[in-house]
Amino acid sequence: MSTATQIPANQHVPTQRLPAMVEWIADLGAVVMDGIIGLGNISTFSLRTFGWLFARLPRRETLIPAFYQIGVLSLPVVALTGTFIGMVLVEQSYVQFRNLHMEAKLGAVINMSLVRELGPVLAATMLAGRVGSAMAAELGTMRVTEQIDALTTMGANPIHYLVVPRFLGCLLLIPALTIMADFMGVVGALFYAVSLLGIDFHHYVENSQHFVGYFDMFAGVFKSLFFGAAIALIACYRGFHCDPGAEGVGRAATAAFVYSFVMILLLDLLLGIALNGLYFSLWPEAPKLF
Amino acid sequence: MVTVSRDNPDPERPLVQLDQVGVDFGRQRVLRDVNLAIPQGQTLAVIGESGCGKTVLLKTIIGLLRPAHGAVHFDGQDLAALGERELTRQRTRFGFLFQQAALFDSMTIAQNVSFPLRQHTHKTAEEIRQMTMARLAEVGLPENILHKKPAELSGGMRKRVGLARALALEPEIILYDEPTTGLDPIMSDVINELILSTRRQHPVTSVVVTHDMRTAQKVADRVVMLYPLARLQPDEPQVLYDGPPDGIERAADSRVSQFVRGEAGERLMEMRQQNGR
Repeated sequence: MSTATQIPANQHVPTQRLPAMVEWIADLGAVVMDGIIGLGNISTFSLRTFGWLFARLPRRETLIPAFYQIGVLSLPVVALTGTFIGMVLVEQSYVQFRNLHMEAKLGAVINMSLVRELGPVLAATMLAGRVGSAMAAELGTMRVTEQIDALTTMGANPIHYLVVPRFLGCLLLIPALTIMADFMGVVGALFYAVSLLGIDFHHYVENSQHFVGYFDMFAGVFKSLFFGAAIALIACYRGFHCDPGAEGVGRAATAAFVYSFVMILLLDLLLGIALNGLYFSLWPEAPKLF
Repeated sequence: MVTVSRDNPDPERPLVQLDQVGVDFGRQRVLRDVNLAIPQGQTLAVIGESGCGKTVLLKTIIGLLRPAHGAVHFDGQDLAALGERELTRQRTRFGFLFQQAALFDSMTIAQNVSFPLRQHTHKTAEEIRQMTMARLAEVGLPENILHKKPAELSGGMRKRVGLARALALEPEIILYDEPTTGLDPIMSDVINELILSTRRQHPVTSVVVTHDMRTAQKVADRVVMLYPLARLQPDEPQVLYDGPPDGIERAADSRVSQFVRGEAGERLMEMRQQNGR
């Protein structure tokens, strides 16, 4: 009897699992398809932006407000975060270096981290948070209230009129923001190290000069160009493809920041690998810290 | 190519022609096999309940939406076959009044109304200012709103600014998307009168999408009624009525007369049946 009851039970399990599995595969397929379609859409959107960028420059009346919003209004927050991150880096690293009696080398490590990594990434993160979300929300509201359709009906191309100025603003001004973050970080770190922790000024600066070169500055600024382009394209794309209603606009603003941040980190890794490869092929005898 | 322009009128040849037009949103079909010919100078009202595809039809006519099937011809040209530059040029022959006016929030009223002029003409700032004021006067708005932002105006004023902007380039065809929705009865009548006076002042073709029968009967030469596809049989045409406004109440199809009289009887029964399932 027990055998007889077990057999149907064993047979029953796969027949129930099969539809669930099919459903799971279908869901997975839908997610993959959505991902591929989204990737295709943002690629087309980016290509159209590049096409308009080279076809005709936007008017001054659209460029100046975008540049002011993206560059000028972002400067204070970028400078402030740069200063603090420089000081925090010194504070966190100081004890370890002091235990090795190498406090004077601190400047080299801090400034290298700032110029190559933290400056560009911080400036880009601030830009994604402050400007990227705002751009997605603004363009999303324009989409929801048919203002983008209105532009089209009046014979103005929305990509040329709305996206290109924002793209140019992010692309051309993020290097300046990065340099500002670098500078304020270096100054903040120097102030904290010399004034508050009593590290010798001369040795701190000499080590920094010896270890951090023009290529490091270039690498940070070069990376920032890619970050700026990614932030503008992702934010504008999310705004243009915003779902209806206030919830849709909110989701577009959040998604713009999240996707931009992930893209910044991914690009940072890939460009970091590529630039390190280039550096060591150009200068095999790089200066060594120890 | 010979085009139907105001200088070259041809009443036999339609300015806009839709041939077997079908429009899909994802997997949902909104318009199916719609045939429509709009001659120059005609004022056509497109009526129908919410969700029947009226606005979609309007956006398809100006090329904001591309039909999945069929073709839209404007002045003898297939819009889908035009390149971006030529499509943009053709769109300057249109004026579009959006349901919520769609004024640019970041611009003043003067900048909104003069936007098409700044985009497509090489007029001086003074000429543009004069034309902007003339357009605003045409829709009965005072000069003192020129430097206000759209958020500072009432719904009716925003609609009138939207109309002034649509008229800026003296279009050959104006598309009105629910021009009286959300307005009080007096302001609705003001908008109706503006549609009529626009037609008197400019030899313009108009397509008015509305579910307001007073608007349809007051401004239109011809009325077309669309019906939602979800409640049609697969072989039924989506256009339930196409004729003069004064004949619509005597239409043979009971769905048309029910819509005109605003009777919810059959719809309520349908809803109760759906809820009872």
